[in-house]
Parts: sequence; structure tokens; C-alpha cells
Amino acid sequence: MTEGTLLSVEDVIVDLPTPRGNLRAVDRVDLTVGAGRTLGVVGESGCGKTMLSRAILQLLPKKAKLSGRVMFDGQDLLQLSPERLRKLRGRSLAVVFQDPMTSLNPVLTIGTQLIETLQEHLELDMRAATKRSVELLAAVGIPAPEQRLMQYPHQLSGGMRQRVAIAIALSCEPKLLIADEPTTALDVTIQAQILDLLAREQRRRHMAMIIITHDLGVVAGRTDEVAVMYAGRVVERAPTPALFKKMRMPYTEALLAALPKIDAAPHTPLPAISGRPPDPTRPLKGCSFAPRCRYAWAQCQVEKPRLEEADSPGHQFACFRPIGISAGAGA
Amino acid sequence: MMQQASPAVSSDPLLDVDNLVVEYPVGNKIVHAVSGVSLQIARGETLGLVGESGCGKSTLGRAVLQLRRPVSGRVLFDGQDLTAMQGDTLRLMRQRVQLIFQDPIASLNPRRRIGDIIAEPLIISGVKDAAKRQRLVDEALSAVGLDPALVVGRLPHEFSGGQCQRICIARALVLNPEFIVCDEPVSALDVSIRAQILNLLEEMKARYGLTLLFIAHDLAVVKAVSDRVAVMYLGRLCEVGPSEQLFAKPAHPYTALLIEAIPVPDPDVRPAETVPVGEPPSPISPPSGCRFRTRCPRADQRCSDEVPELRAVASGQFVACHHPLI
Repeated sequence: MTEGTLLSVEDVIVDLPTPRGNLRAVDRVDLTVGAGRTLGVVGESGCGKTMLSRAILQLLPKKAKLSGRVMFDGQDLLQLSPERLRKLRGRSLAVVFQDPMTSLNPVLTIGTQLIETLQEHLELDMRAATKRSVELLAAVGIPAPEQRLMQYPHQLSGGMRQRVAIAIALSCEPKLLIADEPTTALDVTIQAQILDLLAREQRRRHMAMIIITHDLGVVAGRTDEVAVMYAGRVVERAPTPALFKKMRMPYTEALLAALPKIDAAPHTPLPAISGRPPDPTRPLKGCSFAPRCRYAWAQCQVEKPRLEEADSPGHQFACFRPIGISAGAGA
Repeated sequence: MMQQASPAVSSDPLLDVDNLVVEYPVGNKIVHAVSGVSLQIARGETLGLVGESGCGKSTLGRAVLQLRRPVSGRVLFDGQDLTAMQGDTLRLMRQRVQLIFQDPIASLNPRRRIGDIIAEPLIISGVKDAAKRQRLVDEALSAVGLDPALVVGRLPHEFSGGQCQRICIARALVLNPEFIVCDEPVSALDVSIRAQILNLLEEMKARYGLTLLFIAHDLAVVKAVSDRVAVMYLGRLCEVGPSEQLFAKPAHPYTALLIEAIPVPDPDVRPAETVPVGEPPSPISPPSGCRFRTRCPRADQRCSDEVPELRAVASGQFVACHHPLI
């Protein structure tokens, strides 16, 4: 672990038993997040990005098998007792989920949920916790915070609920916040406000953040580094500007190209990616993206490319036929 | 005069919605879902309808097809008023109009085989010849890029979301309709699949000469397929105009806000720090005057006193705003 590294995920594998056989949701993933930095994890549904975040949080389904190492703030999370883990989660390791309706308890008031968190982790008394709760709700842009404490989640809009979930996540000044599709359930004008809020609070608190999303647009202006996942693996990883300027992995390129562009003329055909991701219970021998890749050649079908260092610092990709590098070179 | 100059408002629209009002009772209150919307769609045109959740865009789409009966207003389809039709007349007319929904998996009956699902509209519309039905089903499936031989005998759960949306499109096409309402047809799909379905819709539109009402919340998606775009806010239209023009020079502050809020996949484009403009008010008690005024930086007294009417600001571009940006 290098200095300043807050989280390091080393060779993490998550296996889920299913009636159709073993499903390898996360396949040998290595990642690091420095203190105060933002990592974007991008991928489509089923690529393993959520399972990876659950592996970090140790919130995997009971049947899941996890191997590898998750070092957070100098501790190996896989070795911690459930009691120690619970103390850590919510305190220095916080999470915001996609759907604020299901992550908030519908039968408890906003106040109860916030105050409970503060009392549990910071051992504040009722008065101090209440005062703190009001401050937190105001900080996340909730109008009339005193009154909101008495309200239930169903009395708030989706955007307001997500703000409450963020307030709870921020309440104990975490060192790392994992935001799993934090704006996917929200409207576009609310999405921008929530992303701004997360960025502002992150700067203010010097907190590290992992934004998990399917939207390359969400990570572009708001992360330091991006990891692109496909079929359980990280297939490209780079500092954000480098990734967008010089993407190497054909999947990353195809994903960006397939997005409708706001400055393109109407009725411009989109360069779609043909086919669909492989069945995760039937792993392929070669590169998982090969069947859909327009650059794939014989080697890609039989051998799995490893994540390797590219020509610029911190840029890694797993591909035998990277974009912009002529065949044979660099291998 | 400008109105006549616009190709958008053609003299012979296939669909002409006039002052449509749709309301839902909720307890003893009323949700004003659609409050006096007028729009026209020319033959062969795609009109994109954008707005945030709860703005009434889906309700409008359903009210056009009479799946939700409007409180007042008219919907002329090919010159005939759908709101005045009942029973068999309406059922016959519905063969010419179809609907594609957001969730492709939920809109297919999980216990019926794909072949039967697609043949159902044919049975309802009285195609008695089984061989003919099968031929039409096979044609529709082939058109959306599925192999009929591999598909007809299977159940919906055996297919991915993207394939289910193809099946839904095949079902919508099987009666050879003229007009399709697409209600968020790609919102539930992954990026790589979304592009496939958008391209497919464009292909089908060209091949079958379709007219589309394309409802979505994603502006980039709407722009990709639409000739004209209508922006809706809290039950009313804010702005209507040709796609390129509307995105290049939005006239309504709400349109501008929507465009600004789109995350751009380019790290050099720093996201603009958004003005905290809050959230849409409830459609149960919408604001007086302009409904956007509570979130609008340009709002003044007039905006709360007076409802802005849609008026032309440029060729084919109409805005309902007292203080438009152009």
C-alpha cells in the first residue's frame, strides 16, 4: 500500500452460487483509492460493479464467497469481527444507494434515523444529536430542516429522500463514501444538484468517494480516476482525463460511442454495440468482450488479456488489440 | 405568419391534439396531470416529448390513445375525433395506433409464448386465418432482428431486456399501424442495448412510414430520434420547436435548465455549478400563472398573475413564457 492510499482492493473475487452454476460476479479486481480522491466505477448492469461495492462494504449476500484482500485505512476488512465492521460502517465507511426509498426505513421519521446514527457512532446525547441533524439537513440543501425531522420518508420527494440518505451517510464524517448509482432514480435537474452536493461535501470534508454508475457522463467531470468494468473484470483504468483522451480498450470506446450525443444531428444512426454481455455462469475462455468487439482476432478468443500498464502513468487496460497502438507493439 | 411558414405545423397533421385536459382524483383532491395541451404531429414525423417525472408526459401519451379519457379537449387522428369514439369504432381505430412501454419485461405476459403474444393483436382485430397470422408474426419478428424459428415457442423470461423490447416492438408492428406512442422505450436498457433499440426504431419508422410520439426524460435520447421536440412541465407545454433549433437556442428557461443539467461525457467540460433551483411543485396544487415560476430565475409578478400562452419566437419554435431567452 502506497502512502496516502485509503482503500486498496486486491485480487478480489466474488462467487455467487446459482441454480445454473457458479456465477463469478467479480473476477480478480484490483483497485486503490487515495485519501480525498474520487474513483468512478463504470459499467452496465451485471458487470459486477455493485457486487464489488458490496464486497468492499462486506455486505454481500450470505451465500456469496469472497476472496482476496480489502484494506481500508490500514485494516483488512475481511479479518474484522462483525462487531468491528459494524462500528466501521456508517462511521468511517459510508454508503449511499440508488433508491432512497428502500434505503430509508419507511416507518421511522427522518429525525429518528439521523439521530440514531449519530448516537450510535458518535455517542452524542439527544440534544446534541438533534442539533447536529438539523445542521446536516441544512447542509444537504433541505429547506425547513427542523420540520423535516418529524416527517417520514414517504412525505418527501425522491430528490429530498436522496438528500436525507446523503445526510445520514455524511453524519459521522466518513473517510470514504461509496455512492452506488446515487442519481439513477432521479430526474436530470435533480441529478445535477445531487452530484454538485456530493462534490461540495467531499471537498469540504476531504473525503474519498467511489461513484458507481452506468453513465460515463456522470464520471467525466467529477472523478479523478475511472475504472471501467465488463463481465466482472476491470478492463480499463486510468486518470479521468487520460481515459477520455486516449481510451485503449475497445469496450470503453464502444460504450462512449453508443451514447446519444446532445450535439449530434437528429436521426444520426448510433454506433451500437452488437450482441449482449456474456452469461456470467458460462465464462468465456478468451476476452469476455471479444464476441462483441470489432477489433477481436484469434488470440482474443482463446486467451484472457491481463490488466497491464499502458504508456502513460496510471493507465491500465486489458486488451490484446488496444486502440491507437499498432498490432504487436507494446505486447 | 410564422406559424404557417413552419413545416412542423402541417396543414394535414396525422395527429391534432387540441386543448387536452386530463385530471385524476386523489382522495378529495385533483391531480392536474395535463392542463390544456395542444400539439400536432405531421405524417411521418417524430415528435419528442420531454419532461421530468410527474410532468404528465405519459398521461398525455395515454390520453392521446384514449387509454385514459381526457376531461376535455379533442384528439383528432387522421381527421377523426378519438375522444368522441366508443366501443367497436374505437377498437377498430386502435389498430392504427400502438403503444410501446418503458419496462419491456413487465409488458409481456410471463406465462404466454412469444408467438402467441405477438399473434394476440391479430386475433383481436379479426384475422381468422391461422396461417396468415403465423406469416405476419414471423414477418414482424424478422423485422426487429429476431429469428422467428428460435423465438416463437419461448417464454419472456428466456430473453434479456433488450430482446424483450424487440418483442414489444414486433407486437406493436404486427397490425401495421400508422402511429406509435413510445413511452420511455429505452430508459430501462443499458447503454449498449439502448443504441440498438433506438436504431431499430428509426429503421422501423423508415420502413413502415410510421409517425411517432416519442416520450422520454433523456434529452439526448429524444434529440437522436426526433424531428421536433416538445418540452412539458407540470402539465403544460413550455416550448415546442425543431430539434436542432430548440437545443441550439432554447427560448424557455426550463428548456435551458434541462439542457444544462445533462452530464457531458467529456472531462474538459466542467459541469456548471447548478443554481439550486429546487424541485417541481405538486401537480395537486400547481402554482398560479406560469407553473415554472417557482423555480425560474427570471420570474416576476406577471408570471404569477398571468398564464403564458404558447407563441412563436422563431420559425417553427413556440414558447410559453413572459420572459423568453430569445
